[in-house]
Amino acid sequence: MTTGHNDAAKGGRALWRGLVRWESALVIVLIGVMIFGSIQTPNFLNPTNFFYTGLNMGEVAIMALPLTLIIMTGEIDLSVASMLGLSGAVMGELFSNGWPIWLAIAAALVVGAIGGAINGVLVAKVGLPSIAVTIGTLTLYRGLALILLAPRTITGFPASLTQIGVVPIPGTEVAYSTAVFLALAVVTGIILHATPLGRGLVVIGLQPEAAKFAGIRVNRIKIWLYVVSGIVCAFAGILLTLKNASVSYDAGTGLELNVVALVLFGGVSIFGGRGTIVGVVLSVAILGTLQQALTQMNVQPEVQNIVSGGLLLISVVIPNSGEAIRRIRDRARRRV
Amino acid sequence: MIRDVSKSFGAVMAVQGVSFPLYAGEAHALLGENGAGKSTLVKILAGVYGADGGGLLIDGEPVAFKGPAASRAAGVSVIYQEPTLFPDLSVAENIFMGRQPLRVGRRIDRAAMNREATDVFKRLGVELDPARVARGLSVADQQIVEIAKALSFNARVLVMDEPTAALTNVEVDRLFEVIRTLRTHGAAVLFISHRLEEAFESCQRVTIMRDGRSIRTAPIEEVTIDDVIRSMVGHDLDNLFPKTVIEPGEVVLEVEHLTRVGVFDDISFNVRRGEIVALAGLVGAGRSEVARAIFGIDKRTSGTVQVHGAELPNGNPLAAMSAGVALVPEDRRQQGLVMDMSIDRNVALASLGRLSRFGLIRRSSERDLATTWAGRLQLKFSRMVDTVSTLSGGNQQKVVLGKWLARKPSLLIIDEPTRGIDVGTKAEVHRILDELVTQGLAVLMISSELPEVLGMADRVLVLREGRITAEFTRAQADEDSVMRAATGQPPAVAA
Repeated sequence: MTTGHNDAAKGGRALWRGLVRWESALVIVLIGVMIFGSIQTPNFLNPTNFFYTGLNMGEVAIMALPLTLIIMTGEIDLSVASMLGLSGAVMGELFSNGWPIWLAIAAALVVGAIGGAINGVLVAKVGLPSIAVTIGTLTLYRGLALILLAPRTITGFPASLTQIGVVPIPGTEVAYSTAVFLALAVVTGIILHATPLGRGLVVIGLQPEAAKFAGIRVNRIKIWLYVVSGIVCAFAGILLTLKNASVSYDAGTGLELNVVALVLFGGVSIFGGRGTIVGVVLSVAILGTLQQALTQMNVQPEVQNIVSGGLLLISVVIPNSGEAIRRIRDRARRRV
Repeated sequence: MIRDVSKSFGAVMAVQGVSFPLYAGEAHALLGENGAGKSTLVKILAGVYGADGGGLLIDGEPVAFKGPAASRAAGVSVIYQEPTLFPDLSVAENIFMGRQPLRVGRRIDRAAMNREATDVFKRLGVELDPARVARGLSVADQQIVEIAKALSFNARVLVMDEPTAALTNVEVDRLFEVIRTLRTHGAAVLFISHRLEEAFESCQRVTIMRDGRSIRTAPIEEVTIDDVIRSMVGHDLDNLFPKTVIEPGEVVLEVEHLTRVGVFDDISFNVRRGEIVALAGLVGAGRSEVARAIFGIDKRTSGTVQVHGAELPNGNPLAAMSAGVALVPEDRRQQGLVMDMSIDRNVALASLGRLSRFGLIRRSSERDLATTWAGRLQLKFSRMVDTVSTLSGGNQQKVVLGKWLARKPSLLIIDEPTRGIDVGTKAEVHRILDELVTQGLAVLMISSELPEVLGMADRVLVLREGRITAEFTRAQADEDSVMRAATGQPPAVAA
């Protein structure tokens, strides 16, 4: 039994090492991908490439942040890409009906909040499994977008706004969506790692029962997480619409898997309670850089998908396999 | 026969030169504090761990277990505190898992299987329907199924690791009956328990372990409970139930007509400053449920809960906490602690608001708070950042206590304060409670251990089937009267 200062410091370092292990592996992978890119194409690491990488990853990366918080609590949101599609469709439909663009954008955000609230209430209040609920709303929201918009493609958004989808922030090589992602990442990181709320998320993920007994309002927190996720996805939908300067009902179809994969590749445990925002940011950087490298090598997009998909699968299997086995065993032991 | 068994983990000798004999037809109690090495020894017997030194002899033949299957084949069966049955299979299927009697065409012969299971139950003297599914069986019945399974393997050595921890008194009696039957059939039983009275009641021989060594083995008639405790802790224990009776102050908790339909009904009582009120009764009488409803984990159907005269909103633990209520729940591992989180974060978990500035948790304050309470409660740990799962049961309980005491509550609800923790820490927890109460804390204690209830409580309320059936003062309460009220028998007529 010791309570000495030295031990505490030593303990702190040990904990840090434990937490950082996956993240440091990601740093190495990132460097590896950068070297790979530089070998394949001369002058790979230039600011313009950084800009395009950010532009490509923007919406997916932004949606990964609230999803990280949801996965930390042991839940999931598979409706993110459909939410993105629906809010883009709402924005396009209203704009084509003559609404001012700002009002159309605001309406899209409101739709995001409502869509998220539906997920949240069904998961937290009604108590349905989030995977089932959000697979349901994945189809539902995409279906609504289809009814709303198909077969039209809405264009003609004000050039002043669509500009920001394709040019960097003046004086830099940073895409607007990259800046939004980084700002949101900082906010999400602080919430997750330094506030009582973030600690609550971790506890909910590790041991929901204990969270309740510690006075953590589990249901309320979960509902709000889904609402925030809905709003952020709507925001991503707006960004995507502006970037493409057009929107059709199927915008972003299938992106949910990329978003989930980003989060898990970032070292966030699918069982909840473990993970860092730093990991998710690194995961975004790695995937973005890899895709950029493959694009410059003129690799077919289909092959790109296979490469990045394979990489994701491997990296999701490695950190989660040991834990999965342990959990399954625990659960078996706890049965009856 | 266990001879000179040793097992070390890294530099820690968990078990060191332990030897004792197990005789056929005899129940042998293995006693010791948490961390004394009992569980390690059990795992060696079960074949989960290999011994580093020494060995096991069965009928004089040295045996080496290369795994649980080998141990089982040699006739050793281990029954754990929490049995592991397949919930969706029938009782008989669980018993004959992997070696079901077959009919033509390799189909399972259900009739034969159920018949054989019934035979085994008959030998044990219990009644259980072999065809029912395991899901929903009480812990006690699950243990019976495990015992039946062991018996069907012709186990000659039956190891029971704290089988009674989750049982009611009636169930414990039935278990002892089963053990007796097993003995008459010539089995050797190794019985591990924290409840010393049980060892004396059901065993013929006792071995006491401390710090990984076997201190003493003796026939049970030759030792007293005091001897055993002395050998277990290594010194005299001043008092397991230190109790200071003081004049209680104003009412802190006032519960009126509290009802949760189907669970408990019309519960009214109060708890005052400076007193411990115990809720006694059988497991399932609704005691923990009352506590949960007061704290707001479950919603009440009707009735009121007032703390310091102000009514608590329904189903809102956070409001109860702000009103000064703390709940140390029944299930430490699921409800009280986040097992995979560090000690300091667990201690700080209920005080995060106070430890934050500008909405950010101050790590240093968090660490300080944990250090303060670890010191005050004499927590034994190696590092603050270790997960609580590395601590012994008693120390885990101290972490839960620290977490709530750090909030300076005026009412502490404590559900099974010393379940599954060793004698030494038990006395410590009692001393802490006593100290807090003399300082003016109001305590509502739920306990299934009658000595604890009688030793610590100022007043005893007895619940039976969701209703308060009796109230005793400290002076009135005795084992007999409380048990009668708990089981619904009429009070004994005074002679």
